[in-house]
Amino acid sequence: MSINGRAYIVGIYEHPTRKADDKSLAQLHAESAKGALEDAGLTKSDVDGYFCAGDAPGLGPLAMADYMGLKLRHLDSTDTGGSSYIVHVAHAAEAIALGKCRVALITLAGRPRAEGMATGTVPRVRGTPSPDVAFEFHCGPVTANVYGMCAMRHMHEFGTTSEQLAWIKVAASHHAQWNPHAVLKEVVTVEEVVNSPMISDPLHRLDCCIISDGGGAIIVAAPEVARSLKRPKVKIRGAGEAPKGQMGGKIDLTYSGARWSGAAAFEEAKVTPKDIKYASIYDSFTITVLIQIEDLGFCEKGKGGAFVADGNLISGVGKLPFNTDGGGLCNNHPANRGGLTKVVEAVRQLRGEAHPKVQVPNCNLAIAHGTGGLLGSRHGSATVIMERE
Amino acid sequence: MAQKERELVAPEPNPETQAFWDAAKEGKLLIKHCRACGELHYYPRAICPFCFSDQTEWRESKGRGTIYSYSVMRRAPVPYAIAYVTLEEGPTMMTNLVDCDFDRLRIGQNVKLVFKPTQGGPPVPMFTPA
Repeated sequence: MSINGRAYIVGIYEHPTRKADDKSLAQLHAESAKGALEDAGLTKSDVDGYFCAGDAPGLGPLAMADYMGLKLRHLDSTDTGGSSYIVHVAHAAEAIALGKCRVALITLAGRPRAEGMATGTVPRVRGTPSPDVAFEFHCGPVTANVYGMCAMRHMHEFGTTSEQLAWIKVAASHHAQWNPHAVLKEVVTVEEVVNSPMISDPLHRLDCCIISDGGGAIIVAAPEVARSLKRPKVKIRGAGEAPKGQMGGKIDLTYSGARWSGAAAFEEAKVTPKDIKYASIYDSFTITVLIQIEDLGFCEKGKGGAFVADGNLISGVGKLPFNTDGGGLCNNHPANRGGLTKVVEAVRQLRGEAHPKVQVPNCNLAIAHGTGGLLGSRHGSATVIMERE
Repeated sequence: MAQKERELVAPEPNPETQAFWDAAKEGKLLIKHCRACGELHYYPRAICPFCFSDQTEWRESKGRGTIYSYSVMRRAPVPYAIAYVTLEEGPTMMTNLVDCDFDRLRIGQNVKLVFKPTQGGPPVPMFTPA
């Protein structure tokens, strides 16, 4: 049994706000849900499945189902950090294939800027302490330095350079200039990236994603629902998910769980990386993109530096157009969780609704890939492959 | 060399890890050995993460290792160097590199164990160039 062709993405919405001083968290979730339903041409009463993660208030699906007045028969609050929403797309397709629901709503929202969070430079503890916390919290594993260690090791083993990493930000900035909602709209150069202040070696300020408030939503629906709607049809072809941790101390920072989640997704979709026309790749930091591109099979392990250089990720210029909305590096990283917006831009590309300056011609097959948690300690990888029908 | 010391949050021992923190107070770094599969692991668990046996026992590490990777957090009130150190015994552990010139650190460098005090709790294992 497979989800290939068993469910469609029929609605998407990216909340336009990037700083939500005047809105509550639940409100951002609900406004995003409303936007995605309107995009699909569905109403709230069509929704019978709901998915959210740790960014939702209270007991997630219970709080939000009550707030939004949803009558549901399927709930899922799988939390793998920023990759949760890509997992949700896959789980929604599974539930739809099994007849557990017909129209699944996925929401994300957060207001780290309004709350003044220093999200990447101060340790964060989520819920009941994880068993590793007693052994690691005092080491100060904030986001930036754990990703920094991945970059250091990659440079050591493969000769990757800061200039190569910088090209990833440069490509994102080329795309963000066309996005009126992007936090950073200025095109930057390799020199500007490597000369920006060092945050945690070897990652500079411009190797990091932005911090933004906001949210988004996705509607996944059964084939017969998709056929009844007027929007272009985006079929789910395959998906994969995998956690990767420290493996009992056999730590290897050179690769991510994308090696497994990507392989599973490509196998289910019965396509190869060469078939992909557009890629949304999680971009919490430049190094995140580089390692995932290798692990997804777009290039050989260790050759990511050369692959991303010289504008190869810029739409209309390079081999692999990526994050054409500007991604988390320049556009939006709502709630410090960038997985949902990765799916949203991939769907825009497949529909032909990306900005004309970044739209990939004849974009019929796209991938969205996410990493949640911390790439260098414990993370969850998730991949989904989608096709325009 | 003379860096301002970062204030360290005290780890909270629990029944599974109490022996580790008791040993830390005596300047010893314990790792776990599995009697069933022979593997050593870190951080320590009651159940072996390799073979799932409950026959795990404490072993004292010699406290020597090499830097697997590191990153100097410049955007902190007191900059510090987080690292993964691979112990001579095998497991790689998250730690800090202390009492050293951060700009002279390199991957592969030999390091040795030191303990650093925490705020009201047991000391924690860190490493310094050997």
